[in-house]
Amino acid sequence: MTRYTWRKAVNAVMLTSTGLCALVAVSVLFFILGYLLWYGWRSLSWSFFTQLPKPVGETGGGMANAIVGSGKLLGLAAVIGIPVGFMGGIYLAEFGGSTFPFLVRYTADLLNGVPSIVMGIFAFTVVVLPMGHFSALAGSLALGVMLMPIVLRTTEDFLRAVPDSMREGGLALGAAKWRVVATVVVPAAFRGIATGMLLAMARVAGETAPLLFTSFGNRFWSRGLSEPTASLPVMIYTYAIAPYDDWHRQAWVGGLVLLSLVLVINVASRKILARSQ
Amino acid sequence: MSSSAVIADSAARSGPPGRGAAFLRRLRSGDQIAHVLVLVFAASIFLVTVLLFFELFKGSALPRHKFGFLFFATRVWDPVAEQFGALPFIYGTLVTSVLALVIAVPLGVGAAIFLSELAPPRFSDNLTFVIELLAAVPSVIYGLLGIFVLVPLLRAYVMPFLQKSLGFLPIFKGPIYGVSFFAAGVVLAIMVVPYIISVSREVLLAVPADQREAALGLGATRWEATWQVVVPYARIGIFGSIFLSLARALGETMAVTMVIGNDPKINASLFAPGYSIAAVIANEFTEATGDLYVQALIELGLVLFLLTIVINGLARLLILVTTQKGTAHE
Repeated sequence: MTRYTWRKAVNAVMLTSTGLCALVAVSVLFFILGYLLWYGWRSLSWSFFTQLPKPVGETGGGMANAIVGSGKLLGLAAVIGIPVGFMGGIYLAEFGGSTFPFLVRYTADLLNGVPSIVMGIFAFTVVVLPMGHFSALAGSLALGVMLMPIVLRTTEDFLRAVPDSMREGGLALGAAKWRVVATVVVPAAFRGIATGMLLAMARVAGETAPLLFTSFGNRFWSRGLSEPTASLPVMIYTYAIAPYDDWHRQAWVGGLVLLSLVLVINVASRKILARSQ
Repeated sequence: MSSSAVIADSAARSGPPGRGAAFLRRLRSGDQIAHVLVLVFAASIFLVTVLLFFELFKGSALPRHKFGFLFFATRVWDPVAEQFGALPFIYGTLVTSVLALVIAVPLGVGAAIFLSELAPPRFSDNLTFVIELLAAVPSVIYGLLGIFVLVPLLRAYVMPFLQKSLGFLPIFKGPIYGVSFFAAGVVLAIMVVPYIISVSREVLLAVPADQREAALGLGATRWEATWQVVVPYARIGIFGSIFLSLARALGETMAVTMVIGNDPKINASLFAPGYSIAAVIANEFTEATGDLYVQALIELGLVLFLLTIVINGLARLLILVTTQKGTAHE
């Protein structure tokens, strides 16, 4: 074999194997979807969305309280996390100098990389210990802190994408800077920012670890924000590691519902973003 | 909306000169109020991070004073006797994360090369879209599939095969349970591959086209141009993506908890059940009785926090350096 044919052969083999790598990586998603549909679809029923969990030993029942609980946790997390991220993002993009914004940006990136279970410990020491019991409030705080850096960075990115000529136009007309930001720049970037927030919510919606010892779980409805509250991801986890077949079936349904929700939000918002660019 | 604001402004200015100037001044001081307001929110991100560290540090005072550095060197975890050593968990976390990287790095970098160098742009964008969706799948779902699909599969086919062909290595010895370091490493690998692919693809795409063209012009094959010119050019960014996924793997909780077996033992065999830092926090936090027990778990949280902060900090710097300058211009 000449040196040239050898090089051609290496080229072909290596390029093919990179293609195989991509194929494997992409097919994982279809495996996940396929398995969840296969196991989850069979047990999917209305009662899953409308009924409370049945006592141990009885089959049937649903996760209605967990679905509502997840909604409650996410809503409060948004109230905690989104204002900080949004306003902070405006600071970074519109008002920042050079040193402090770099510090904030870098801190946000680090905070974004802190494992979610550590956020759970934080909410535990700040809320659960002083209150003396698990609560929706503690769970929301953990999720809210996770939202902050994500919303901050997306807000900043989309504000930076607004052309400077729009700012200059506003300023040239004599408007004060805050007015230009509030009435020209933010509205121009609003679609991107809102979609980014939605993506951030979708990401924390699937978080289990920070809720295990903050909002804990509940097999009944929870009132207000100071009671232990069920959530869909924690319920899936508890049901998956339990020894009952019926609970496993419900875990699959829960997984299917959660994944569909997360993927639908992701696909829709990425499509919106792609179109607006 | 903006036009009405402008009209309001010009209306204010067309009034008596004294009043108009005062109104303008108030509007300008509105700038300062706005500046302070957004600054406070931005600073609170910083404060939350500092508070996070402070709470973890304060919350772990008891075991830090009682065990000191022995905490990291003791392999006994016995809550009843109030003996807490973190070594089995640190070992489990490191072994599973390293195993995950061993599997995920070749796969991820290979796929990134395909997506940036070979695939037509449209096709590549669509595949990347699917791969980034994978990064959005909640970890509890990876755990669910791990328990019911992956572990039985590994136990029935992959592990016996590895033991038969490579059984002389100590890492493949011992009885096969299914739940193990090995299963956790595989699940982690599947979870971090999307991160490696999407960041590596970005940095590979940032390599200037003339680098490729010069190599091809010298007679290099496509693979030689990629492997000897493009990849070295982007290597720091690729390292960044690897560090990023290492940090993810170290802190990943649910999927690992569900497949690692939760047994605080140090075992050379990858087929033995083990435990990880995040998993022990997830499992034992709600049941922990006594201050020392809870605080030992918080100290594990502190370890995890510092570990991921350092690795992430490094990863961000590496990515920053390459996407802005390119490795060749350091």
